[in-house]
Amino acid sequence: MEKFDAVVVGAGPAGAAAATTMARAGLSVVLVERGEYPGAKNVMGGVMYGRMAAEVVPEFWTQGAPIERVVVEERIWLATDDSAVSVSHRSPKGAYHPDGCPNAFTVLRAKWDRWFAQKAEEAGALLVPGTTVEDVLWQDGRVAGVRTGREEGDLHADVVVLCDGVNSALVERARLRDHPVEPHQLALGVKEVVGLPPEVIEGRFNVERGQGVTIEIYGAVTRGMSGYGFLYTNHDSVSVGVGVLVSHLMRTRIPPYELLEGLKQHPLVRPLLAGGETLEYSAHAIPEGGWRAMPKLYGDGVLVAGDAAMMVNGLHREGSNLAMTAGRLAGETVVEAKQRGDFSARTLSLYAAKLEESFVLKDLRKYRDLPELAERRPDLFGTFAELANLAAHEMLTVDGLPKRDKQRKIWREVTRRKPLWGLARDLYEVWRAVR
Amino acid sequence: MELRGPSRVEEKLYTLRWKHDRTSHIAITDPRTCADRCGDEWRRPCTTFCPAKVYEWDPEQARIVVAYENCVECTTCLVGCPYRVIDWRPPRGGFGIQYRYG
Repeated sequence: MEKFDAVVVGAGPAGAAAATTMARAGLSVVLVERGEYPGAKNVMGGVMYGRMAAEVVPEFWTQGAPIERVVVEERIWLATDDSAVSVSHRSPKGAYHPDGCPNAFTVLRAKWDRWFAQKAEEAGALLVPGTTVEDVLWQDGRVAGVRTGREEGDLHADVVVLCDGVNSALVERARLRDHPVEPHQLALGVKEVVGLPPEVIEGRFNVERGQGVTIEIYGAVTRGMSGYGFLYTNHDSVSVGVGVLVSHLMRTRIPPYELLEGLKQHPLVRPLLAGGETLEYSAHAIPEGGWRAMPKLYGDGVLVAGDAAMMVNGLHREGSNLAMTAGRLAGETVVEAKQRGDFSARTLSLYAAKLEESFVLKDLRKYRDLPELAERRPDLFGTFAELANLAAHEMLTVDGLPKRDKQRKIWREVTRRKPLWGLARDLYEVWRAVR
Repeated sequence: MELRGPSRVEEKLYTLRWKHDRTSHIAITDPRTCADRCGDEWRRPCTTFCPAKVYEWDPEQARIVVAYENCVECTTCLVGCPYRVIDWRPPRGGFGIQYRYG
């Protein structure tokens, strides 16, 4: 019976990072992927972070990585149905770290994941695509491999690293979670990739070749549900999408594709996409339960990383970077366990300690109360967007009314919609959840 | 200004590519729950939250009809079914949705 040092389930950012790290240290690694190629099943809005990718593949930006555009400007819109207050930051120079590594860049996951997993193969990992893992194998009370859907498809290993994405059934099979994920701990994102010529994108978004823009849209576009819309520029397409909590979709009964259509038809969005052709529609669940909803991160002979472990920082739209870091730390942990010749939970707990030291658990812990607030108060973004637009519109409308009177009018309008104490309480709640 | 492109979900699904398996990877484990309880209590949310319109209520048969060929494997139904009677498993290796962009 052939036995590997490690089996990694899922060739996304977490799995490829784990496999690369272990293979580079000389371990025998199988990377199992259920898609016909890595990325075939994977979707995200589209922003990837360079620092964490470079910790897995140094100087990746010089090695033909499928970077769409380097983000030089980030915009946040607080939108009503037909207007928005916009906040933005633009810094073409600040878009790169001092060593030339891009800070944030857009990707299309079917392309990026394929390339990233190839790096694991180059490091010596055996990539097995087109193969679904159905269960974990047990031996003497510890995880000892996986059962795949293939004929005689058992793979035996000292360690299994679960990177099989959101709603991982294997996390439960490996006894790392004993309660199911709840609807308020999950968002559904829907997206279209809209093809446009590069020069049209550059004109509309005011960037040069290779530069990109991100826009996150809060307020009316989610129709009273917690979440946000987004526009991300790729080389010759724009990713436009919206993500909202599943619990809110269940209550409102608004079909997600209608939500997306509404976003595309928004008066501020429509001109940016005009004439474009939809190349692909996509949808994927996003784990939004945060720190409180995470499974146990390790057991005897098993580790879990990425979406499978709820590693998403929704407020900062980060996830793939947490996944790459967690995958790498899982890989490093297994390398140390191999040196000790001990793959028990006690040794593998080193993984949790490494994560605690990193931004991954520090950030998730910082925002641990945010998911509950998002579930309970879907009205917050809509209300604040409305008030901000009301104030901006009044101050910018030149109609002969003296400014002091305008201020009074705004104040009256604001407090009519939202009593002062309510406004103060809301702000305090938000502050408490993000401080 | 006109926005070309698919506005209905059926048209959106035309942009996708699948490798279809002959058998369904989705099963409703207790169809009577959909008929007897979910209609009154939740109005069968799978028929609206599924982004690929996999689930449709057939009033004549009084059951949910599952168009598994449309499934984009987002996994929302695993969590969004109020009674957890949707048994969704990943399609067999290599089958199912094949995103070209993602």
